[in-house]
Amino acid sequence: MSDSIKALTMPKWGLSMKEGKVASWLLQEGASVSPGNEILEVETEKIASAVEAADGGILRKIVAQEGETLPVGALLAVIADASVGAGAIDAFVEEFQKNFVPPAEGEEDAGPKTQVIEVKGRAIRYLKQGDGGTPLVLIHGFGGDLNNWLFNQESLAGKRTVIAFDLPGHGQSSKQVGNASLGEFAQVLHDVMDALSVPKAHLAGHSMGGGIALEFALAHPGRVASLTLIAPAGLGAEINGGYIDGFIESTGRRDIKPHLEQLFADAELVSRQMINDILGYKRLDGVDAALRAIRDKVFPGGKQAVVLRDRIGTLAMPIQVIWGEDDAIVPSKHAQGLPPKVKVNVLKGFGHMPQMEAAAEVNKLIEAQLG
Amino acid sequence: MQLSKADLLKAYRMMKTIREFEERLHVEFATGEIPGFVHLYAGEEASAAGFCMHLDGRDRIASTHRGHGHSIAKGCDVHAMMAEIYGKKAGLCGGKGGSMHIADLDKGMLGANGIVGGGPPLICGAGLAAKMLKTGGVAIAFVGDGGFNQGTTAESLNLASVWRLPCLFVVENNGYAESTSSKWAVSCDDFTDRASAYNMPGISVDGHDFFAVYEAAGEAIKRARSGGGPSLIEVKINRYYGHFEGDAQTYRGPDEVKKLRETKDCLMLFRKRVEGATLVDAADMNKVDTEVLALIDDSVKKAKAAPKPTAADLLTDVYVSY
Amino acid sequence: MARKINYQQAINEALNQEMTRDPTVVIMGEDVAGGMGTDGEQEAWGGVLGVTKGLYKKFGDRVMDTPITESAFIGAAVGAATAGLRPVAELMFIDFMGVCLDQIFNQAAKFRYMFGGKAETPVVIRTMYGAGFRAAAQHSQCLYPVFTHIPGLKVVMPATPYDAKGLLIQAIRDNDPVIFCEHKVLYTLEGDVPEEPYAIPFGEASVVREGKDVTIVTLGRMVHMATQAADNLAKAGIKCEVIDLRTTSPMDTDTILESVENTGRLVVVDEAHPRCNIATDVSALVAEQAFDSLKAPIKMVTAPHVPVPFSDTLEDLYIPNAAKIEAAVKAVMGKKG
Repeated sequence: MSDSIKALTMPKWGLSMKEGKVASWLLQEGASVSPGNEILEVETEKIASAVEAADGGILRKIVAQEGETLPVGALLAVIADASVGAGAIDAFVEEFQKNFVPPAEGEEDAGPKTQVIEVKGRAIRYLKQGDGGTPLVLIHGFGGDLNNWLFNQESLAGKRTVIAFDLPGHGQSSKQVGNASLGEFAQVLHDVMDALSVPKAHLAGHSMGGGIALEFALAHPGRVASLTLIAPAGLGAEINGGYIDGFIESTGRRDIKPHLEQLFADAELVSRQMINDILGYKRLDGVDAALRAIRDKVFPGGKQAVVLRDRIGTLAMPIQVIWGEDDAIVPSKHAQGLPPKVKVNVLKGFGHMPQMEAAAEVNKLIEAQLG
Repeated sequence: MQLSKADLLKAYRMMKTIREFEERLHVEFATGEIPGFVHLYAGEEASAAGFCMHLDGRDRIASTHRGHGHSIAKGCDVHAMMAEIYGKKAGLCGGKGGSMHIADLDKGMLGANGIVGGGPPLICGAGLAAKMLKTGGVAIAFVGDGGFNQGTTAESLNLASVWRLPCLFVVENNGYAESTSSKWAVSCDDFTDRASAYNMPGISVDGHDFFAVYEAAGEAIKRARSGGGPSLIEVKINRYYGHFEGDAQTYRGPDEVKKLRETKDCLMLFRKRVEGATLVDAADMNKVDTEVLALIDDSVKKAKAAPKPTAADLLTDVYVSY
Repeated sequence: MARKINYQQAINEALNQEMTRDPTVVIMGEDVAGGMGTDGEQEAWGGVLGVTKGLYKKFGDRVMDTPITESAFIGAAVGAATAGLRPVAELMFIDFMGVCLDQIFNQAAKFRYMFGGKAETPVVIRTMYGAGFRAAAQHSQCLYPVFTHIPGLKVVMPATPYDAKGLLIQAIRDNDPVIFCEHKVLYTLEGDVPEEPYAIPFGEASVVREGKDVTIVTLGRMVHMATQAADNLAKAGIKCEVIDLRTTSPMDTDTILESVENTGRLVVVDEAHPRCNIATDVSALVAEQAFDSLKAPIKMVTAPHVPVPFSDTLEDLYIPNAAKIEAAVKAVMGKKG
C-alpha cells in the first residue's frame, strides 16, 4: 500500500463501542482536509459525534454510505494527495476490504483496557493510552467517569501518554470519598500520579475535575506542566444546583433524562444507552452516599464552596479555559475577567460538555497548549 | 408453678374479657349489624390464657379463624378489635381484615387465619427467627382439631423437630371441625399419639382447667426457650357456640352446651379454685367483672359510632412500595 | 469492576454479597447446601443445579437445608420474614408451587392488606421455571402469570446476568414478598456484571433494541429469542423495539405504551401458556390504552395450550423461537412469511 494513501476508518469511541452508523458526510469527495477537520458524523448507541481527519490531503473517495452501520475499523473513506491516481485509490480500497476482519462477537479485548491500581486503600480505575512525552492526565467531573474523554483521549495520545481515571465515588473506582472536598480529590490525583510514576503532567479537568486540577496546581505547582480547565468549577460561586440535586435524586430513566439534557446544547445527544450507563453507575452501592457527600461539601446549598479565581494569577504554567457559551451547569461568564495570562476559549453553540460536543475543537486547543 | 395474686387477677381478667367479648358479639351479631363470618371462642378461654400468661414481647403466636381469644390474650387492643369486627376504619386492621384476620404484629400476634392449618408453617418461621436472632422468644401455633389434620401441620411438626425450633403446636380439640366430630375425622384417639412420630413430647391437658393448661404450657415453653425444641400439646376443650354465628348446631347433643356451662366452665372453675384457696378475694374478681363489662360495652358503643373506611382506603396497604 | 460471569454466578454473588452485608439474610430450601446428615461431603450440591454452592461453607447455619416439605419451609420463610429475618427461600421448581401456594398467596401476599398496612413481609422466593431441559410437564412450566395475578406479590423475571444480580439484590432489600423467577436455560448465559453490589428498581423495563417499526414486548428467556429475531429482521429492513419487562409485577406500562405509540405495532412474546398470561395482559393494556396508535392487530407468540412435552422434538416445537417471532413481526408489518 502506498504511504500517501490513508484510510479513514470507523473509530472506536469508548471501551464498549462495536459499531457505528454513518449519519452524514460533512465534506464531499474532492474536499481538501487537514488533520482535525471534521469529515463525517457517526452515531453509536451511546452518542453521536464527528469523525476527524488524522491526516491531511484530499478526500478522494467516500466508501461508506449514509445510513450504513459498520463495525469499528471498517473503511469509511480514503484520503490521499491529488497526485495519486484513481486506479491506485480503487486498488487500495479493494486491498483494504479484502483484508478487513471485523472484530468478532464478544471480542472487545483488542482495544485499550482499563486497569486498576490500589491507591491508599482505594481501588482506582484508569485508562492509559499513548506513550512518551510529558503525560496528560484527564480529570472528569461530578457524576462522570473516564468515558467522558472518549472522543479526546485516543486523539490526544498520538504524541504522549494520556491517562484518564475515575475519581473516587465515580465510575468503577472505590466509592469512599473521604471528606469529599476538592482538596481530597486533589490529593487522590497526587497519589495516582505517584502510583503511576508521573512526576509532572499536563492536566485537563472538566467541571469539578477542573476545580480539582486547579486545586492541585496551587498545591503542587512544580508537578503541573500546563492546565486546561474545561467548564471548570472553582472560578465562581454559581452552579446549577438543580442539576446537581436532580442528578442525585433521580432514580429512573424518565426522571433523569431532563437533567442530563441540560449538559448538552443538543439534547438529542442524550441517548438511551447514555442514560442506562449513568443509572447503572448510580445504582452501585455507595454511589448515592458518595454523590451526596460531594454535593454537600463542594456544592452546598446550590453554590460552589471553593472559589479559586483570585489565586489563578499566581500560577506560572500555561493555563487555558475552554467553555461552551451555552453552558447550563457552570455559567460561561466565569471565563470573563480572568488574569490576562489565562487563555480563554468560549465555544459558541455548545453546552457543559464541549469535550464531547465539540471534541475536534477541544482536542485542537489542548494539542496547541501542549505543543 | 406459683402464681401471684396479681397474676391470678391478670389471668382472670384475660379470660373474662374474652368471654364477655364473645358473649356480646353473639348478641350483636344477631342484630345483623356485623358483616361477614364470626367464629366465637367462648368456652375455650383457659387455653388462650394458660399459654399467653407465659408470653412476653419476644414471643409470637398464630391463631385460627376462631382467633378473638388468642388476640385478647396476646394483648391486642379490645377497642380496636371490636371496631375491626364492625368493619370500621379505626379497627385493628383498618377494617380490611375483619374477624378472621385480626392481627397485630407489634404484639406478636401473627393473625387469626382464614385458612385451616395456615398458621403452623408461619410459626416455624417465627421460631426460626427467634432462634437465629437469639431473642429467647418462643412461637406458638394454635390449631383446631380440623387444622391439626392438615398437611401443613404435619410438615411443620417435622420441620420444627428437624430444626429444633422453639415452637409449640397447640391443638385446641373442641370436638368439632365445623360440624364433623373429631372422633370421626381424627385417625388416632389422642393427638398426642402423633407427637412421638415427630420425636417431640406430647402432652394432653384438660382445657377447662386454667391451672392445668398453665402448668403444661409453662413446661413446654421453658423447654423451648432453653433450646429443648418443640412440643405438641392437646388441649381438650369445648366451644359454647357454633362453628360460626348462625350455625344451628343440629349436630350437637341435647343440652350439651348447657351441661358444659354448668359443670366445666373455665371461669367458674377458676373462681372456685382461687376463692377456695383464698388466693384472691371474690370482691376483687367482681370488680374485674364490672370493669370488663364496662370495657366491652364501651368498645361496642365506640365501634358502632366509628366511621367506615372510604374509597381512598380501598387501594392502600397492598405493598410497602410499588 | 465489571467482568463476565454467568447468570447462575450472578445470582450466587448477589446472595453472597447481601448475606455479607446483612446478617438477617438467610437461605432455606431443599438441598441448598446438600448432603445434610450424610457421611459424605458437606454442601454436596449447593442447590440442585449448584446456584447456592459455596454459601454454606461461608455462612454456615444461615444456609438451611429443609426436608422436602414446601408448605412448611416456604411458610417458615414467610413467618420468619414477619419476625425479623430476610429469608430467601428456594422453591426448587416453580411447578412445586402447587404444594405450597397457600403460604404464598393467602399468607405472605395478603398480610399487609389484611392487617391494615402494618405488616412487612420481606421474603424472597427464588424459583426455577421454563422449558428446554427435557424435564417434561411437572418441571418446565412458566407459572409466573399465576403469581403476577395476585396483589401483594412482586414478580421478577431477569433475562441477563446483570439483571439477575441487580434485581435479586433489590428483591432481598425490598420489604414486600418477591417471587424471583430464574429460567433454568439461562444459568450458563454470560454477561458483564459489576463486582460491586447494585440494586435495579422494580417496574422498570429494559429496552434492549430500539426500533421504529414494531414493538416486541417480552420477558425472561424469550428476550433472547426476540433479540435474535430483531437482529434477523433488521437485515430485512424491519426495525424492532424489544422491551424486556424484567418485572411483571409491578409492570412498566409507560415504556410499553410509549413504544407502541411510536411504532403502532405490537408483538408480545411469552413462554407461558397462552391463556391469561403476560402476553394477554400486555395485549389488553395496549388494546385498552393505545388502541388508536395501532396500525395492525396485536400478535401474541406463546407456547400452546398444552402441558410441556418430554420428547425433544415435541419440546422444541412447544417453545416459542425466533422464527415464530419473525413470522409474527412480518404479519403485523403486513408481509407474508
